[in-house]
Parts: sequence; structure tokens; C-alpha cells
Amino acid sequence: MAATDAPQYRIDPPLERIPEMGRIPAGSAIEARLEKIWETAPGWRGWLSTVDHKTIGVRYLVTAFLFLVIGGIEALFLRIQLAGPDMAFLTPEQYNQLFTMHGVTMIFLYALPVLSGFSNYLWPLLLGSRDMAFPRLNALSYWIFLFAGLFMYISFPLGQAPNAGWFNYVPFSGPIYNTGPNIDVFALGMVLLGISTTVGSINFVVTLFRMRAPGMTINRVPILVWGTLTASVANLFAIPAVSLAFFLLWLDRQIGAHFFDVANNGQPLLWQHLFWIFGHPWVYVVVLPAMGIVSDALPTFCRRPLVGYTAVALATMATMLLGFGVWVHHMFATGLPTVALSIFGAASMVISIPSAVAVFAWIATIWLGKPVFKTPFLFFAGFVALFIIGGMSGVMTAAVPLDWQLNETYFIVAHLHYVLLGINVFPVVGAIYYWFPKFTGRMMSEKLGKWSFWTMFIGFNAGFFPMHIAGLLGMPRRIYTYPSRMGWDEVNLITTVGSFIFAVGVLIFLVNVVLSVKRGARAGANPWDAPTLEWAVSSPPPAYNFATIPTIASRHPLWEGRIEGEEEHSRTKLEEGYLLMRGRETLGTSPIDAKPVVILKMPEDSYTPFLVGLFVSLLFVGLLLHSWTFTALMAALSCAALSSWMWPRRKLGQRTTRHGPASAGRGGEGP
Amino acid sequence: MGVQYSLAVRSAFSHSAAAGIAHIVASLRTLELVKPMKASKSGFDSRSAIKNLRFRITFLALSTIAARPSEAADTLRTPLNYFLYSYGPAATPVMHLGWLMTALLSAITFIVILLLVIAIVRKRSSADSGMIGAESGGLRWVYIGTGISTFILAGLTVYFLAVLNAVAKPTEAPALTLTVTGYDWWWSIEYEHADPAKRFVTANEIHIPVGRPVLLKLKSADVIHAFWVPVLAGKTQMIPGLVNQKWIQADAPGVYVGQCAQFCGVAHAHMNLEVVAESDQDFEKWQEAQRRTAFPVSEHNEHGYKLFMDRCGGCHAVRGTEAEGLHGPDLTHLNSRGRIAAGLLTNTPDHLMDWITRAQYFKPGARMPSIALSDSEASALASYLSTLN
Amino acid sequence: MSETARVVSQPLPVGSVGKLSGGWWGMIALIVTEASLFGYLLFTYFYLAAQSGQDWPPTGLPGLLIPGINTIILLASSAAFWAGERRIQQGGTRSSIFGFIAAIALGSAFVAIQLLEWKNKTFSINSDLYGSLYFTITGFHLCHVIIGLGVLLLLLAWTMMGYFDHKRHVAITIGGVYWHFVDVVWLFVFSALYLSPYLQRG
Repeated sequence: MAATDAPQYRIDPPLERIPEMGRIPAGSAIEARLEKIWETAPGWRGWLSTVDHKTIGVRYLVTAFLFLVIGGIEALFLRIQLAGPDMAFLTPEQYNQLFTMHGVTMIFLYALPVLSGFSNYLWPLLLGSRDMAFPRLNALSYWIFLFAGLFMYISFPLGQAPNAGWFNYVPFSGPIYNTGPNIDVFALGMVLLGISTTVGSINFVVTLFRMRAPGMTINRVPILVWGTLTASVANLFAIPAVSLAFFLLWLDRQIGAHFFDVANNGQPLLWQHLFWIFGHPWVYVVVLPAMGIVSDALPTFCRRPLVGYTAVALATMATMLLGFGVWVHHMFATGLPTVALSIFGAASMVISIPSAVAVFAWIATIWLGKPVFKTPFLFFAGFVALFIIGGMSGVMTAAVPLDWQLNETYFIVAHLHYVLLGINVFPVVGAIYYWFPKFTGRMMSEKLGKWSFWTMFIGFNAGFFPMHIAGLLGMPRRIYTYPSRMGWDEVNLITTVGSFIFAVGVLIFLVNVVLSVKRGARAGANPWDAPTLEWAVSSPPPAYNFATIPTIASRHPLWEGRIEGEEEHSRTKLEEGYLLMRGRETLGTSPIDAKPVVILKMPEDSYTPFLVGLFVSLLFVGLLLHSWTFTALMAALSCAALSSWMWPRRKLGQRTTRHGPASAGRGGEGP
Repeated sequence: MGVQYSLAVRSAFSHSAAAGIAHIVASLRTLELVKPMKASKSGFDSRSAIKNLRFRITFLALSTIAARPSEAADTLRTPLNYFLYSYGPAATPVMHLGWLMTALLSAITFIVILLLVIAIVRKRSSADSGMIGAESGGLRWVYIGTGISTFILAGLTVYFLAVLNAVAKPTEAPALTLTVTGYDWWWSIEYEHADPAKRFVTANEIHIPVGRPVLLKLKSADVIHAFWVPVLAGKTQMIPGLVNQKWIQADAPGVYVGQCAQFCGVAHAHMNLEVVAESDQDFEKWQEAQRRTAFPVSEHNEHGYKLFMDRCGGCHAVRGTEAEGLHGPDLTHLNSRGRIAAGLLTNTPDHLMDWITRAQYFKPGARMPSIALSDSEASALASYLSTLN
Repeated sequence: MSETARVVSQPLPVGSVGKLSGGWWGMIALIVTEASLFGYLLFTYFYLAAQSGQDWPPTGLPGLLIPGINTIILLASSAAFWAGERRIQQGGTRSSIFGFIAAIALGSAFVAIQLLEWKNKTFSINSDLYGSLYFTITGFHLCHVIIGLGVLLLLLAWTMMGYFDHKRHVAITIGGVYWHFVDVVWLFVFSALYLSPYLQRG
């Protein structure tokens, strides 16, 4: 094919062409060629250089689960210490470091990365594309996440872990009251992690607008995509607030700046504003994609499409929009004027409405469907129950005067765990059961699956429901111990027992994963008879995802023709489609109605993302160690690596030389 | 009525070994509005279901009307339990708000989860399993469910805004203004007075006259703390560089426990305080006593006094002596207080000496060091300290 | 829902072409988040100024002459780059180089003058709150200018190597919009740090 183009475009790669349509039968020579174009080199070279969204997605998932286990073990230590009054299992300083790292790990190193893992793996498959918009940026995002996670733990073995809570209020986290490297590790680690989250978010946003298969119009994209899109857009606006806050804190601590320095007119409340302007949207960032997972996967087990697709999609976006206007409800007790409290309190009430939309849509979907009681269904149904409880306790905290009592007590701890475990962990575990066959080609054990669900569900409620009571009995959060005279002994003992039962449930799940990877029953392409595109390709999918770019005609491409009362419409074409194989290529479409507008050249595997990630992370190590020469060197290396990344490449359809037919010879067009 | 009901349950069990569990059950019951008839031997005669239903309705209604608890505050088994107890106008409307919201939202939770369970288990016609249900339909669920939710949320918003207004300011002018300053990890309390000679400073124990609103100016000397005496009022942060205001009022005499509610570092768990509400006369008497400087040292206590000046006076103040330290609590009238070390220990001579010699054991990380004393030094110091009445 | 996209019979552009390229969209997203960052910086500035309860800035009103001239220099740099990009679109690759060189020279002049301005300040980043704000905000901006200059240098190099022509110059468009963004942000920084004190003092 390259040969026919060559005379016409002697100097430059072609600027335009008509994409061919066709079929690629499985096992054909042409398929082998496609495989060759997209495959990753074997061994460590491929391991460091791959830009395949599926590999990156799995890495995100595995890394996030490792952090989940670490954060979980930290939580168990905390629960042992709180099992009875006046316990001395941990010193107060150990307790403070552990609860801080528990929060930091779960909220920043598990909750979003695990969802990024699903989205990275699934988006191109759900959307009918061959990769994300920026595969190399995707790899960079993962590497920086990994390095930032390690970075935040570097002072842990020294007994110098961050100890000021995940929201790290100044002046306690400032230079006077918290000396030592701990808060600097946290501050710089957060800025570093912010880079990862930002580039990841940019990638999702651009992917949604550019990378959908033809016919995948905006009203046909799965709800998971809506959830991740909404979260990503929110990140673009919210992450700078927290990165800035932590950077200013670092300047205060290390350069002697005065942003939060009370003695020099600095304002501790500025920290709370900047942190919660980020922090509240972040709560939605770590739940909306998980809610999307349920909205997409629950219907598979209800044997009917989701009720109220449009309403749920709009509710997702409405939640986030409102989410930017309620940060002050974390600051009701800071002495702000009553008028401001009234407004933010009322807004916090309103934000429950979109959640109600989603809840009733899910219940209606189950009610009107014919549920199949597989393990994923149990997790999704359990999630709905926990979501309801967590939502109701959230409404209570929106009522300003009541929040003056509830705030900073175990009631909040209970609420946030119902929200974060209920709305993040339960859907995530359900989603692993659901997509495990796609990831590995094998089914997970149903028997262990049901055991894991019931153990987790019972343990969770036994552990966390009593925390509501502890809160109502006045137990403040973040105390390392309590005297018996407060009357909190029994609730805490029950909570500790429940948390261990929950941990056993998680363990059963992990055992199931390990066993099933090796010994699970073989799964076909679509073991659940699910409706969405990812199930149209083999399990696990080939490197190129879709041999031909499909043309989509409905929200449920794999259920077409079987839906009751379905109107006559043209069918989704999965077998025949765009043949794009002059190098790594995929189709770019228009943002709203997904009409083909451009043939996109996709990058080859590359070491530069790893190198950029490494150099940038080392730059932060340099800042931490006050080694300015090293920092400058790493900055220079980062710039050099970035320049090489951006350098025009013929394989990307970029022009790389001014003259010469010679260049046509080494053209990157053909294989 | 709600309170009386739960008190009935509490008293039934309070001396048994299962008191703790019973208390949780009682709290749970109140939370979820489970019918009280089973446990209420002493309280209610409920033979019929209708009567029970009527009870539940009146419970809801009455819980919004003032309920005056009969139990003395200082004997509470859960002294920070703001959900079942409130002793002042800044807390009571909030407690009722809590009851209403808990009852209503628990009921809604119950109904919606019930719908979910029915949706899961209800019988279906065993039609062709290969067919997929129609996409349309079911929207009525969303409309009705969201509609009702919106209506309820709007009602709750109006109610909580009313409560917010009710508790934002006292109805009459404050009888007293105090400045409470949070320190790592104790509280300094300054009683203002137009006459500077009548101002005085104390620590960790606030005395107020019963039935009168008291204005608190909240400050911090170091990091953010939060002032919280749950049965009197909600919490307010004490932020360095700012002065926040709040008011409290106790309608019954007693001792009300408070605890710092904002994580403030290593001894955050051990930062309690007590509010003692007493009659006007008792309060005046207390104030008079607090305004006095320390008694002159008798010869017998010279040794202890000198030790105090050497070892303690750098951080602690005793008015009328050379000890003018500002880093720790004012000890002028140490023995007038019920507890020491910000609520950690009851104030007995033995506890006091334990605290002085092993402060770091009782309150790890506290600013107060464990002070090594020989036996003779200890008894001399104890003897001197016993004069700080 | 019944509509299916038709089979394409027109030629489609291939690769990074114009505003269809992913890079363009990515840059817009980056600018959104960067603009938020500066938004929060200015929020910080005004919040702390309002809470300080003292005359602002405490060191007296800033001189406007040099920063004013510097502002014009930076805007001129944007204009020069814009002219260069326009030349490329018209096929004048060679003359566009002069536009880019001018843009880089003016940008560098801005950096030099800004550093001079820093040197003449009587306060520093750790002397007082205003110093912290002033140097952090202008420092953030200066970093962006320096990164922008790096991008412009790369673009200049690629232009001189003949990588761009009238049809294929998306990198110029993308790099250019970043440079324009950096310049526009300066207008906000300039207004906040230099002009707003005059307004507040009437």
C-alpha cells in the first residue's frame, strides 16, 4: 500500500487519503500483520516502553490494589489500638502517622488510580477505538503515579511519615509545629501526584472528544465514560488548587514564605479554602466513575438496559457542577458568617437530588429486569444499599447546626466510609469480578465470589455502622485512645471485630483472583452476554483491540435485535469496518455526532514516558533533599526527554525533512 | 418523651453487666425508631398495634418539642452524647433537629432499601430468557423518587435554616464574656471584667452561672483546636490569628464535659475540659475565690515553694508569687478544679504527684515533662501544692 | 438512535493536521488547568490582601513604568509569533523564522527586565507576606515564560530544519496558543499586582 502512495507523496507522508473498508478474518495473514504493527516488544524493553492502554490499565489496577492492601493493614493497626479504652498498642505518634497514611493511601493512591485503571483499560474498548488519545501520556501518567506513591512512603520506614491527617491543616503541618521531612514528603508527593492526575485527565477528556468509533454519538457512550469524563474535567479545575496549596506550604516550610504564617498575617483558613475547593469535587471524582461502572454493568445482570440513561448521565454532570459549590460544608465550624453557612448548607442539600436520580434508576432497572444472581450483581446491589445509607448520613451533615455536632466525630468517619467503601470499593470489586474474564480470559470462582461478597458486606456493616453510634455518643475522630468514662468501649470493640471480618472478605476476594488467574474456567469473548463493545473482542483483547474500526448504531451493540420493542434501525457493524493499518492508526471522529474526520497516527512504544516520569520524580527528590544542583540537572534531563518526545516523527505523519526522495524510502507508512 | 423512654431502658439495665451493650441497643432503638413496647416495662403500656403506631407518631411530634432530661449531667455514662442529651438553648433545638432527621432519613433508608430488596426478590414470569427487556419505561420511578426526595430535602432545608437562626445568637445579652484559648494540649480561660483588677485567668475548667447565656471568644495560641461541649453547643474551631465567637448556656446545674474536636497533634486525645454550671451565688463565690492571689507561703512550705519556683514557675503561673510562666495552666487555684492534665485525671493529691513525676507516661508528647523528684522533694512539693486552694 | 454514520467516500486528513489533531485539544485542556492554577494564585493574593487589615501593598504602591513597558514587550512578542505563524500559513516558511526570532528575543527581554525588576525590590520571598505573594506569583509566571521560550526555541529549530510548511504546521499552532496564553495570563497578573493597588487606594 505504501508503494502506491510513494510516487504521489515523495517528500512528505500523505496528508490525506480515503480509508478503505473491509473485513479481517481471524487467523488471516492480514490479521497477523496488524498484530505485528501493534505488538509490544517482549521482555523488560517492552515492559518499560509499552504504551498499550490495556497493559497500563492493568498496572494501574494492580498498583492501586497493592496500595489498598497497605492502607487496609494500616487501618487494622488503628482498629486494634481502638479496640478498647486506654490501649497502648501504638504510641500516639505512630497512631497519627498510620491514620494519616491510611487516608492518604486510600484517597489518593487507591481510590482514583483504581478507577483510572478501569477507565484506561476499558475506554478504548467501550468506545471502539484502538487506544487512548495520548498513549505515551498515558504511560507517563502511570509512571508518575507509581513514583509519587513510592515517594509518599519514603519517610515511612524512618518513622517520619506524614502525621497531620490527609487534609493536613496548617499551622499544625507548618514549619513550627511539624519539623522533620514528613510534611515535605507529603507536600511534594502531592504536587507530583497532581501531575499524574492532570495528564491522565487531559488524556480522558481528549479521548472522549476524538476517539469514538463512527456512530458512537454522544448519547450512546456508556455511563462509565460519562463518569470518568466528568471526573476528569473536574480534575482540570480542582487539582491546581491542592497542588498550589501544598506547594505554598512547602515554600512556607523550606523557603520561609509566609502564606500560612499567622505571625506575619498569613491565614490558616486559606489552606482550608484551597484544600476543600479541591477536596469536595475530589469526593465526586472518586465515586462518579464507580457509579458509572454500576450503571453499565448492572443492566447486564438485569437483562435489560439501564432505566433513564439520559437522566443518569445528566445527573452525573449536575453532581459535579454542584460539587464545586459546596466546599464550605467542610468548614461549617470555622466561624464563617451565618448567611454564608445558610447558602452552602442549602446547596449541600440540593446536591443529594442528582444522587436520588441515580438510585431510583438503579432500583427501577433491577425491578423491571430479571436479575441473574452472579457475584458482580451482588456487589452492585450491595453498593446500592450502602449508597443509600451513606447518602442519608450525608444529608444530615448538610444541616449546618447539626453538622456543628456531627463534624469531626466518628459519625463523619462512618459517613465517609459508607461513601468511599460503599460507592468505590464495592463497585470496584464487583467490576473486577465482571471484567476479570475480559482481562485474563478466565472466569473467577462464583463460590468464592459469593463468600467474599457476604463476608465483606456483613463485615463492612458490622464494622462501620456502629461508628455512626460512636459519633452520636460524641467520639471525636483522630484520637489515638479514649478513657472508659466516655462510654465508647463497646461500639469500638464491635467496630474492630467488624473491620477484621471485612478484611477477611477482602482476603477471600484476593485469593479468588490469584487462583482464578491460573485455574479459572476459560471465558469466551462475552461470558455474561453483555451489551457493550468491549465484549465484542476476544478475551483478553488483541493488542490492536478492533481488527476493523466498527460502526456503532445503538447504545447496546451486542443486544441489537433482541431488545423488546426495539425500533427498526440499522445495525452496528462489527465485522466489516475501517481498515487502518499503515502503521499504528485509528480513526478520529467529531466530538458530538462521531463522524469520521481524521485518520490518527498513533505513536510507537517508547522509553521517553518512563524517562520523563523518572526524571521529574527525581527532580522532586532533589527538592526534598535541598540538592539544587541535582534538581536543576533533573529539570534539564526532563526537558531533554520531553523534546525528544515531541520531536516530529515520520511515523506520526509529521514531516521530518525538507528535501529528498531518499526519505520516502525510510517512510514509516507501510509496515 | 424520647429521652424519658431511653432513660427507662437505660435505668433498667444500668446496673447489670450488660449495661454497655444495652446502651448501644437503646441508642440504636432511638436512632431507628423501633417500637419501644418490648423494652418499656416502666414507661408505656402498649397492648395494641394501633396504640404503638400512635406512640410512634407522637414520638416524632414530641421530639420536636422541648424535652427536659431529669438525669444530672455529671452522671451521664456517655458525657459527650449530644444525640440524647442537651442542657441549653444552643443545643436543644439542634438535638431535636437530629432526632427528626434521624427518624425521617432512617425511615426513608428503610423504605428505599426495602424497595431494592423487593426489586431483587420479587417473582417474575418465566418468559423467554434470551430476550432483553425494553429500554424505555421505568422513568416514572426516577420522576416520583426524585420528586419526593426533592420535596423532603426542601422541607429539611427550611427546618435546619430555622434551627440555625434559633441557635446562632442568644435571645438575651450575654451575662458574661470569657476568652478561651486553646494550647497544645489544654485550655486557658480568661474572665473579663470592666475592672481590670477583677479579671482573672484559670484553666481547663469553666464556671458559668446556670440559665444565663455566656459569650465565648475563642482563640488559639498555636495550632487549630475546636471548642466543643456537646450537650451545651456544637463545636467551633479555634484558629490562630482569628477570634471566633460562640455562646453557651446551661439550664441545669452540673458538670458538662468537653473535648477538643480538631486534630491538633500528639496529645489531641487528651484535651478535655469541663464546664461547671452553678447557681448565681455559687458562681459569685467561685469568682471571688478565683480573683484572690495565692496565700502567702508558710514557713513549713518554704522548701516546696522553692522547688516549685525552680522546677515549675518557668511554665506555670501562681498569682501573687514570682511564678509567672505562661506556657502551662495557671495554678493559682489548682485545688479548686475537679480534674488535672486537661481532664485526664481526677484531682487528688496522689494523682497530682503521679502526674508531675510521670506526665509523659500519662500523656505522651505533652509539653509537661516528667519531673524527677526525690521522695523528700516530692512530699515538699505536694505539701506546697496543697495550699493552692 | 437509528442513524448510522455513513461510509466515508471523501479523503480524510491523516495525522496531526490542524485543529483536528489531538495535540491541539490536549493543549486547550492544559490551558484550562493552567488558567485555574493562576486563578487560585490570584484568589490567594486577594484573599490574603483582604484579610491583612493593613495598607496594601505594605511596601507602598508599585512603580508602573518598567512593568508597563515590559507588558508591552510581552504582548509584542505574542504579536511577532502570530505574524510568524501567519507567514507559514501563507507558505513563507523562511520569513516566518524572523517572526519567531523576534518573538523569542522579545520574550527573553521580558525575562531579563523581570529579573531586573526582582533585583530592585526591597523585599524578598521570605521577608513578609507581600514578598511571598509577589515573588511566588511572578515566579510562577516567569517559569511559564521560560518554558514557553523553550517551546519557541524548539519550534524555531524545527522551522529552520524545514519540518513545517503551509499545510503541516500544527506544532506551531499548538506552541503558539501556549505562548499567547502565557502572555494573556500576564495581563491578569499585572492587573492584580500592579494596577489593583491603585484602584483600592482610589
